[in-house]
Amino acid sequence: MNEHQFDNANALVCNRNEDLDRQKGKNRKTVSTEKVLTVEELHVSFKTFGGEVQALRGVSFELYKGETLAIVGESGCGKSVTANTIMGLIPQPPGRIKNGKVLFKGKDLTKLSKAGLRKIQGVDISMIFQDPMTALNPTLQIGEQLTEGYRTHHKVSKANAREKAIEMLELVGIPNPEERLKQYPHQFSGGMRQRIVIAIALICEPELLIADEPTTALDVTIQAQILELFNEIQEKTGVSIILITHDLGVVAKIADRIAVMYAGKVIEIGEKREIFYTPQHPYTKGLLNSVPRLDLKEEELQPIEGTPPDLFAPPVGCPFTARCPFAMDVCDRVYPETTHLTKNHAVNCWLQDERAKLVFT
Amino acid sequence: MAVYIVKRFFMMIATILIIATLTFFLMHSIPGSPFDEERTTNPTIQANLEKYYKLDQPVAVQYVYYLKSIVTFDFGPSIKKPNETVNSLLARGFPISFELGMITILVAVISGVTLGTFAALRHNGFIDYMAMTFAVVGISVPNFVLATLLIQQVAVTWQLLPPATWSSPLHMILPTLALATGPTAIIARLTRASMLEVLTQDYMKMARAKGLTPFRIVVRHALRNALMPVVTIMGTMLAGILTGTFVIEKIFAIPGMGKYFVESINNRDYPVIMGSTVFYSAFLVFMLFLVDIVYGFLDPRIKLHRKDGDV
Ligand SMILES: Nc1ncnc2c1ncn2[C@@H]1O[C@H](COP(=O)(O)OP(=O)(O)OP(=O)(O)O)[C@@H](O)[C@H]1O
Ligand SMILES: [Mg+2]
Repeated sequence: MNEHQFDNANALVCNRNEDLDRQKGKNRKTVSTEKVLTVEELHVSFKTFGGEVQALRGVSFELYKGETLAIVGESGCGKSVTANTIMGLIPQPPGRIKNGKVLFKGKDLTKLSKAGLRKIQGVDISMIFQDPMTALNPTLQIGEQLTEGYRTHHKVSKANAREKAIEMLELVGIPNPEERLKQYPHQFSGGMRQRIVIAIALICEPELLIADEPTTALDVTIQAQILELFNEIQEKTGVSIILITHDLGVVAKIADRIAVMYAGKVIEIGEKREIFYTPQHPYTKGLLNSVPRLDLKEEELQPIEGTPPDLFAPPVGCPFTARCPFAMDVCDRVYPETTHLTKNHAVNCWLQDERAKLVFT
Repeated sequence: MAVYIVKRFFMMIATILIIATLTFFLMHSIPGSPFDEERTTNPTIQANLEKYYKLDQPVAVQYVYYLKSIVTFDFGPSIKKPNETVNSLLARGFPISFELGMITILVAVISGVTLGTFAALRHNGFIDYMAMTFAVVGISVPNFVLATLLIQQVAVTWQLLPPATWSSPLHMILPTLALATGPTAIIARLTRASMLEVLTQDYMKMARAKGLTPFRIVVRHALRNALMPVVTIMGTMLAGILTGTFVIEKIFAIPGMGKYFVESINNRDYPVIMGSTVFYSAFLVFMLFLVDIVYGFLDPRIKLHRKDGDV
């Protein structure tokens, strides 16, 4: 069922050019240059019976106020681990943050104590999970799940928290909020639950919202509604959003910038138009070519051959080498430096090196 | 909900009736009579006695009398203790048994849940291993063995606690320990298992992402869901503890219902057997009903089902 829906979703929303060009009435290009979050050289690994999984191997990016950064990449490339690390939700053990920083408001979140983290979780940084069917506690009323975070962090009375909860439910478009507060999750549809999850995430007015595949579990029409809701909320509140997805249709709809991850590294990052129109990394190109589109015939669809490398013993060079149609000798041996193409567009690929031109002429 | 309760009430009545009937016919199908041991009794006196207790009548008629005694809740005099009625025996013995049973349940639930929760939170840690070792031992040692061991060690060798009777809180410690260890171990294992499962749920991650206090996360979000299976087994556990009280009362010479019950079976004291069986099954069935109510209270999804049934 899901596979089928994905294809439909892509076909529907991935009329890319249209989405890219429609700026939805707001000029995203003038997003503020004020940094909300800086992730520097994150290395995170997990101890398992089979050995150490190096889930993140040097992830760096920045997030500006009021923008939406999409993180895309194949399953297992470390998107969720990145989100969880920022959020302070990596279980340690088995996880370990071996290196790197997550700078937020001048603090390195990886160095904070549990109590210190709690002052930020849900207040300054909130998270939305993939499956709204399981993200809500089945035995607690919606009202309590909405207000508990707010009451923990703001020490307000029950009545005040209730008012805030009603306001939030209105914001995310749930009718009859007063009555709904007393209900339990099973009394809501999937789309409604995701709206509630979003309301919960936003109730403390966070500066940063991390959404880990927020629409993957929803059907197509609901998906579109939820994405629309993200846009609306961002306009109203100015919240910065990190959106994790492997659905490029979703990305086309709401992202300002895109980070492409592969095998625990960010291999290309840039503005949405730069990534969609002038992708530089062969992996990014492959990713774009593997999406079904209305303006392409079936034969032109080209999935990327092969599978990502084993993260127990990741290659020293570029991890994409084995699947790359342009692989050179050097790719296998040395990881490429970052090449800055424009102010925002950066890529890690040997093809950017001057000398590569000699190989391919 | 009201309809559900009424429905359950009639089912309870039916259950009790079936138990009562089974007990009656089982008791009467075993050869012998209450007066067998008194060989010296002369036949006329015996006949008179049997007449007095209506034992001379056909079984069917006795059964009707018996049903009447259940409905009026008056089980008549005891055969072996002529100065006592079944009701007075129950009134004297049951409160003590009830106390023992309830204290045991309370101790078992509180310590079992606490132990299981900490074991799950420290999964594969020291506390976890200790708790699970205790649980395995606790489940495999029968309560009467534990009772004798406790009396031998704690009461006799170390002389720390009184060895028998139920006369002060101090006296209650050993019997409660002996009876509660098994259930505690079962509850601890169950809580740990279901807690481990709950801890991996998405809503637990979400609770953590909200920045809630660890206490709230564990108690409000995790425990409430993790206790569901524990509540489910409470019914059978209650029955186990109830029968356990008989054994423990015997070992610790506690003057509860157990003593009278066991004696009455040995002596064929029909009214006492019948009375206490019916009383105990009514009690147990009622407790099971309470367990169900608690379950519905813990899990809102079940309540909804019943509401749907209402209309
Ligand atoms: N708790 C954990 N223990 C062991 N390995 C883990 C753990 N969490 C993540 N990993 C490993 O880290 C790697 C990255 O996982 P991650 O969940 O970030 O992938 P993802 O990009 O989110 O994929 P998906 O698109 O499927 O959600 C995977 O190889 C995964 O097996
Ligand atoms: Mg993921």
